[in-house]
Amino acid sequence: MSAAAPVVELKQITKRFPGIVANDSISLTLKKGEIHALLGENGAGKSTLMNIVFGLYQPDEGSIEIDGKPVIIDSPNKAIELGIGMVHQHFKLVEPFTVTENIVLGMEPKKGLKIDYKSAAEQVRKLSEQYGLQVDPNARIHDISVGMQQRVEIMKTLYRGADILIFDEPTAVLTPQEITELMAIMKRLVAEGKSIILITHKLKEIMQISDRVTIIRRGKVIDTVETSGTNPNELAEKMVGRGVTFKVDKQVPHVGDSVLKLTNVNSKSKDGVPVLNGLSFEVKAGEILGIAGVDGNGQSELIQAITGLRKIDSGSIKVSGQEIANLSPRKISELNVSHIPEDRHKHGLVLDFTVSENMVLETYYMSPYNQGGFLKMDVIDRHAEDLIKQFDVRTPSIETKARSLSGGNQQKAIIAREIDKNPILLIAAQPTRGLDVGAIEFVQKQLIAQRDQGKAVLLISFELDEIMNVSDRIAVIYEGQIVGEVFPQDTNDQELGLMMAGSLKRGGNAGA
Amino acid sequence: MHRLKKIFATDSYVVPLVAILLGFLVGAVVMLIGGYDPIAAYSALFKRVFGSPYDFGEAIREMTPLMFTGLAVAFAFRSGMFNIGADGQVLIGMTAATLVGIKLAGLPMFLLVPLAVIAAGLAGGLWAGIAGYLKAKRGINEVITTIMLNWIALYLSNYIVRNFLLLKGQNRSEDIPASLSMTFLNGVFDNARVHWGTAIAICAAIFFYVYLWKTKQGYEMRAVGLNPNAAEYAGMNVGRNVVKAMFISGAFAGLAGAGEVLGVFHYQSVFAASPGYGFNGIAVALLGLTHPLGVILAAILYGMLTYGAAGMSFGADVPPELIRIVIGSIIFFIAAQGIVRWVLKPFYLKRKKEKVS
Repeated sequence: MSAAAPVVELKQITKRFPGIVANDSISLTLKKGEIHALLGENGAGKSTLMNIVFGLYQPDEGSIEIDGKPVIIDSPNKAIELGIGMVHQHFKLVEPFTVTENIVLGMEPKKGLKIDYKSAAEQVRKLSEQYGLQVDPNARIHDISVGMQQRVEIMKTLYRGADILIFDEPTAVLTPQEITELMAIMKRLVAEGKSIILITHKLKEIMQISDRVTIIRRGKVIDTVETSGTNPNELAEKMVGRGVTFKVDKQVPHVGDSVLKLTNVNSKSKDGVPVLNGLSFEVKAGEILGIAGVDGNGQSELIQAITGLRKIDSGSIKVSGQEIANLSPRKISELNVSHIPEDRHKHGLVLDFTVSENMVLETYYMSPYNQGGFLKMDVIDRHAEDLIKQFDVRTPSIETKARSLSGGNQQKAIIAREIDKNPILLIAAQPTRGLDVGAIEFVQKQLIAQRDQGKAVLLISFELDEIMNVSDRIAVIYEGQIVGEVFPQDTNDQELGLMMAGSLKRGGNAGA
Repeated sequence: MHRLKKIFATDSYVVPLVAILLGFLVGAVVMLIGGYDPIAAYSALFKRVFGSPYDFGEAIREMTPLMFTGLAVAFAFRSGMFNIGADGQVLIGMTAATLVGIKLAGLPMFLLVPLAVIAAGLAGGLWAGIAGYLKAKRGINEVITTIMLNWIALYLSNYIVRNFLLLKGQNRSEDIPASLSMTFLNGVFDNARVHWGTAIAICAAIFFYVYLWKTKQGYEMRAVGLNPNAAEYAGMNVGRNVVKAMFISGAFAGLAGAGEVLGVFHYQSVFAASPGYGFNGIAVALLGLTHPLGVILAAILYGMLTYGAAGMSFGADVPPELIRIVIGSIIFFIAAQGIVRWVLKPFYLKRKKEKVS
């Protein structure tokens, strides 16, 4: 291998889809042993580019060189053969299988006709030691943490001989501690001679770990810069195309009466495992309560309980003094409770409905949209037109299917619908998940605007930065319980991280 | 006019049309391989359908139950379900119409006929509603329950005919006094068995469209069909919509049964096996892209092909089974739209280039 040739060189890659140019003459070089971050908004063309590198798409123009030799990557198998590995954002693991079984899946070492698990496990153990991954080869996937599962994904690529690793939004699901560990692992991988492309829109991580950053916007490379010579503000500006304020501007809250009050709420999963475990907290008018916690500690169940999608076994949930536990979702919605759901595709939108139809998903049965059983399409359309203008939802028309909107605009549409209901309580679950800096700013401003109008806002997020910046008060959830209640100005990431991991309690149920 | 233009500007109609052409082409190739003359065969087919007023009328008769069962399958599909049990629902509808038509024969005709038709729709709807209820309350997949209900329907209908309605010494019911026949058209169609069922089917298609796309309940049903999670989150009662959608779907199928016994045969046979209306209905619904207008057009095509197939064997000595290959291929090409789009690709490219230049 010549020392000069870059590991991967993309030359003038252009990829067109009907109506848009997803990648417009993109060039990018990945040097050996570097961590190269790829930064861009949703829909900027990052995924398209990486799908081209991984052989899922063919470029219309341009060429790819690996180690200085031109190659044609026409399938993921070819990509793997060339030493390219991808760590996907959503893990592709078989849950009941062991770590080893998952890693060797599709490339099992054979002994005659039998799979030689012993030598496979041995190989996995060696890999684990070499890169400091500390994965137990015989553990089952459903027994290990999300962070560990991600390491299994990393090992899958290493086992297949990858020298070039692509990480797609790897920190989205991790706790702060796990993120620190992942960073260490990435450093170790690079030290062992691997090269990494990191797709992310978290500027903090880019600043911490990457060597160079390539920023793309609307399919074009805006710039490639040395990380040491830049700062988050400059990066954000390049990514969005305008200045972005990171500090969320907000006034001191004017806290009013209690709007949402949960007392000792218990709920069990189908298998009888308690998922909400004597949970209590309160949100008052004019404040934003942020619920911090690691994914899977009862956040989804908590939202379901408040919105009527889950039955609770005991306890009380009151909205403005009225008991709402175990009422139907519609009854609760009619009490002026709005909800921006965690999974906008699953719960927030009917993707094959038009934007216009989606805007009345909860109100279609009320006047003026419904008259004598028939829908007033012209009224519904006008309503949608208004909301689109007011909330700057970018869509070709109100007749466009929600599916063809970008993630940010889908979220804007949901927020428009929910805020338009003029709620007394707004529940926002992961409202900025997967959004880019510009859209995040928009969403957070809307939440604060609602709070300034005297509404109670319950924010559930896995992003500590968001919790810290937006909330007026923070409650930490761990294993279905509130284990701590703090004010953002009195705490820091480390303390919250420890509480989220269950190893520290502060305030909490006792104080509430 | 503008609306009409929009419909034809989208390619939603291009794919089925090309699929139909490709289907005929595949049929022709098979005929050639078998040593038959495809041109003679196809012209015999169309001659049979359009050759005489009687045959044309009979072709319409052939299409009618397909319209109903096609609508039934399409309606369930739009609400997120796969109703494989239209066949059983047709049988139950038939039996209800026969039962009412014979047992209440004392009533005046203007009451008896509507009653028999309503009974058929209701019975078909309730029968399908069983599957809907089991899905809503117990989470049982409707594909399984509707198939099972098909067999129960077959034997239940036969039991009822044998025990309560049998014409002595025969394997069929007594004659039904209630009639849906359009006897005033006997002159026009040379005594072909045309009946009011066809008109009811067209009305059902209009109801389908208006209900699903213009009413509050239809909005709910489509939401439930496309994304039950979002529907539940938005406060809709998913279970109730599932039952309701199955009921309406089954009612369409039940009406097909009324048309057959009241309009065509005027008695009900003891069936040795399932008559197969429901299964053809699945094909029609797919062919019609589960849109009511498409379903009606698909039923017309399907009915023509099935009826005309007999002409192929008389006129061109081609086995009528070959038409099954044509129908099968058309459905294949519709389902595998990618192939059709691939065939069309050169045309689209040309069009794009013309636009650019």
